[in-house]
Amino acid sequence: MRTIPSAMEESTLKRTPLYNTHLALGGRMVEFGGWDMPVLYTSIVKEHHSVRNAAGLFDISHMGEFLFEGQEAKKFLNIILTNDLSKLDPGQGHYSLLCQDNGGVIDDLYAYRLSEDRYLLIVNASRIEVDWMWIRSQRNSKYKSLQLEMTDISKNYAAMALQGPNSVEIISKLFPQSATIQKNDILETNFENESIWISRTGYTGEDGFELITPNIQAVGLWKEVFKAGESLGLAPAGLGARDTLRTEAGYSLYGHELNSETTPIEAGLGWAVADHKINFIGRDTCIAQKQDGTSRRCIGFKMTGKSAPPRENYTIFGSCEDKREIGQVTSGTQSPSFGFGIGLGYVESQYAKSGTPIEIEIRNNRFPAEVVKRPIFRKPD
Amino acid sequence: MSDIPTDLKYASSHEWVRIEGDTAIIGISDHAQQELTDLAFIELPEVGLDLTAGDSCGVIESVKTASEIYAPISGEVIEINDALQTEPGLANEDPYGEGWFYKIRFDIPGEIEELLSPEEYTEQVNI
Repeated sequence: MRTIPSAMEESTLKRTPLYNTHLALGGRMVEFGGWDMPVLYTSIVKEHHSVRNAAGLFDISHMGEFLFEGQEAKKFLNIILTNDLSKLDPGQGHYSLLCQDNGGVIDDLYAYRLSEDRYLLIVNASRIEVDWMWIRSQRNSKYKSLQLEMTDISKNYAAMALQGPNSVEIISKLFPQSATIQKNDILETNFENESIWISRTGYTGEDGFELITPNIQAVGLWKEVFKAGESLGLAPAGLGARDTLRTEAGYSLYGHELNSETTPIEAGLGWAVADHKINFIGRDTCIAQKQDGTSRRCIGFKMTGKSAPPRENYTIFGSCEDKREIGQVTSGTQSPSFGFGIGLGYVESQYAKSGTPIEIEIRNNRFPAEVVKRPIFRKPD
Repeated sequence: MSDIPTDLKYASSHEWVRIEGDTAIIGISDHAQQELTDLAFIELPEVGLDLTAGDSCGVIESVKTASEIYAPISGEVIEINDALQTEPGLANEDPYGEGWFYKIRFDIPGEIEELLSPEEYTEQVNI
């Protein structure tokens, strides 16, 4: 038995403030985006079910945090981001994209309006440096005169995601005022005399909260959350479950569904592109593609017969008439909730409609699958 | 940490071999199943296939990754564990019993001697 793909790097991996906590919990550590992170503690499937049925706690300290403050912070951010920050009241956030001039995606992120003139961006771990360089170069080249301060606070902040149906009950024991915030809202509160942020967001398709805290409070906060969640089925959850959960939810992951060669419209993220804004980077491509369509589209799919799970880079074929190659899988896994294979991928747009039969090539054999709406898995009401 | 029965032989690629007369029963070790976790799908060689030691003869898919399985010794596949097709988790729960993979009629008894002893395999997995 030998693992087929192996991209482990033993170099100098970065560690989050919770590194020793993961080791003490028996976490199996792997490289992810330059970080040494727990892929699982007990089993991906068990942790997945904990999140779907009770609650799970993820270390997401590897993610980046950028702060923008000043009278013209919104003006600047509305130029570099696709979504429209004018839609946000203080205490609200939304999903947005950072694009190149040609519409290629640099990163996908969450943007929060903390107060009148103060904004927080949460970006992908593997993109912190690239994003920051891009944002700085934009600021320094064309928007130097705008009144704002921007700071990369990634190194000073840790974060954790409390996800699952019991999250609200757990958080209400620790921070009662945060239990009433709405989806995508953010609240500034105190934990042991330090200011922390709590947002009602996540990456699992479940209700949940993300807690962003100065590094020094991370271990203490993690422990407090566990104490509060002990009787409510809270389990530590690793990146393995994070990936199966987000794939079931149909969420894009940078480096898989998104990269500088894909546009928000191709990725099916047009809802996060505010085309009424007169000026933002990537606008021309996004507007044209919204009007004219794109040659390929991101889809969710499920396997419809007995097969091995689909994996990234497997080829997708059409199953009608000529059965030619129509695209590629970008994420694939065995869905722990369904018990069969599911995935995300890109196909020629005429095959992107839900219900379209397709085929996935797995080790030289083709297996039947079907395009499905995202989220791929939705809990019965 | 992992269970390594003393009456079996092992391959460095983490298969175990149990000899019964001229038949060898093959599966993956407890250490291997712990490393893989959550087996989702197992593809076994076809009955009648002639395997040479070292041949890739199947695939194990966990939720996270795909791994190849190798023939630890040469011979003809005479039986496969059909139960794994519907319940791959058997190889997690009972890797040396219900979770066996396939049986071969082996050709070259000398190859068995070249496999790892339980002590040697223990040493390998503890590094």
